Amino acid sequence: MKNLKIFFILLFYLFPNKSFSLIEVDITRGNLDPLPIAVSPLFSNEKTKINLKKELDLDDLGLEISKIIDNNLEQSGLFNPLSKDAFLQESDIAHLKPRFEDWSLIKAQALITGKVSFEEEKLRVEFRLWDVLAGREMLALAFTTVPKNWRRVGHIITDKVYERLTGETGYFDTRIIYVSEEGPKTKRIKKLAIMDQDGFNNKYLTLGNELVLTPRFNPTNQMVTYLSYFKNLPRVYLLDIETGIQEVVGDFPGMTFAPRFSPDGKKIIMSFAKDGNSDIYTMDLENRIVQKITNHPSIDTSPSYSPDGKYITFNSDRSGYQQIYVMKNDGKNVKRISFGKGLYGTPVWSPRGDLIAFTKLHKGKFYIGVMRTDGKGERLLTENYYQEAPSWSPNGRVLIFYRETKTDNKGQGFSAKLWSIDLTGYNERLIETETDASDPSWSSLLSN
Amino acid sequence: MIFNKTYRNTILILILSLVLSACATKKTSTTTTSSAQMKDDVYVGTDTVKYLADGVPDRVFFATNESILTTAARDTLRKQAAWLRKNSGINVVVEGHADERGTREYNLALGERRANAAKDYLMTYGVSSSRISVISYGKERPVDSGSNPLSWSKNRRSVTVKAN
Repeated sequence: MKNLKIFFILLFYLFPNKSFSLIEVDITRGNLDPLPIAVSPLFSNEKTKINLKKELDLDDLGLEISKIIDNNLEQSGLFNPLSKDAFLQESDIAHLKPRFEDWSLIKAQALITGKVSFEEEKLRVEFRLWDVLAGREMLALAFTTVPKNWRRVGHIITDKVYERLTGETGYFDTRIIYVSEEGPKTKRIKKLAIMDQDGFNNKYLTLGNELVLTPRFNPTNQMVTYLSYFKNLPRVYLLDIETGIQEVVGDFPGMTFAPRFSPDGKKIIMSFAKDGNSDIYTMDLENRIVQKITNHPSIDTSPSYSPDGKYITFNSDRSGYQQIYVMKNDGKNVKRISFGKGLYGTPVWSPRGDLIAFTKLHKGKFYIGVMRTDGKGERLLTENYYQEAPSWSPNGRVLIFYRETKTDNKGQGFSAKLWSIDLTGYNERLIETETDASDPSWSSLLSN
Repeated sequence: MIFNKTYRNTILILILSLVLSACATKKTSTTTTSSAQMKDDVYVGTDTVKYLADGVPDRVFFATNESILTTAARDTLRKQAAWLRKNSGINVVVEGHADERGTREYNLALGERRANAAKDYLMTYGVSSSRISVISYGKERPVDSGSNPLSWSKNRRSVTVKAN
């Protein structure tokens, strides 16, 4: 291993890559050596501080934004944000011209500096990314927004830095829709809730009067489709997040469930259960035309489109047990793709199109895993007592899912929490929520 | 001193034997209950059962991932059907449930399949389909919050409840 490292360093000397940048982050491997990065508090002058204190009740917005960036970078598992206590250079001077020796002394390989100002009711934030070893600027950008968007500024900066250093699009300026859970296991109260990807700005979208399950965003993140037991009739609903207006999807004489949007946002795909049989249907949201996609006496559910909309993956017990299948979007050419030991469910097509994430049950354990779209190359990322329902980050690098704990002899100690894991399987994180949580669904990038 | 030592030892032995016998009793009692309450993965006990009328149990139980009615389930459903035929003014909802060891969406479908298996049987025994509606709760409404095979077997059920 050591020899290998030396070899790579040599290669870099011999064939420096095109950008001549010394730092880059490889996100395809388990990252045992996260990149040391210093996020200097974004500088603001006294007048700005006083004005922003009035506006947002925060003493030092620049510091707060730098902490958002620290937390995002740390959560990614690819970066090691250094403690601000060790910083030697003042943030205002660092932003103009970093003294690179000071930053390399504390082992920083990359540095983020920035400045916050407040003019005509607008928040202006600029930042720079520096390559400490090469002693040069890698990126400089500025944003103007309304002050209440300040957390998003931190996320957008993280996205830009992540993009510049990994070569992949980020996933930090995103939100999670999920089901908030409270109360005893036998009588859970469930509400739709939405929050930023880092758990902040949590908001409840329903009151908990009826059972709600499995919310999923549309591609523009303005609509959510989910299952509601309103009036004790389990049906797929559509919710406009801004207006709060809800409507039933279609007019089905029975339970509809497991909804998702098509990649163009024009259709909802879901299961409809009738007389003990569940098949997959789509409904066009414009002309309300309903189309039956599968026609089989088995349970066909958990459908998910490929990103180009041409294929659908779903799970079915037509073989006798729950397994994963892929078919064309008209229901033709149904092919089973899961052949490993155990049961397979909840297939979700990666936004990159290359992988399908799934839940697997084998010998009393639940796994979150990925396989290629032909079923080959199965990799299990995490094992637990109970976990399911992965949802992809918009860049296809991280999965969010929920995990439930085993209860004790008296049936106590139940909890449900959101977790994320990256594709390498090394970086597993708890996502803190105010209440217990399940059924997470990741939005696309908000700023695109 | 000697007396003291013997005395102490006797007490120790007494305590130990008490503890041991307590353990032993507990162990045997759980094994017997559990084995008596389950047959081939299906709950056969009566802990959670309520009654629609005297001698008419409200629920039937299923094996893991199954919606096939056991002999006991068919027996219960025939009693329900007989009671429903006698009380023609009563409509029912058959609620289908699954245990927690499956994915949420699949369990919704499985609960629906179980409720319909019960409904079909009631219809075979002369209850009009217009009097029976079904609803699946998947794994959302367990009766037993335990994480063990016995608890799960109680939760794999369909329950017939009066609708009016």
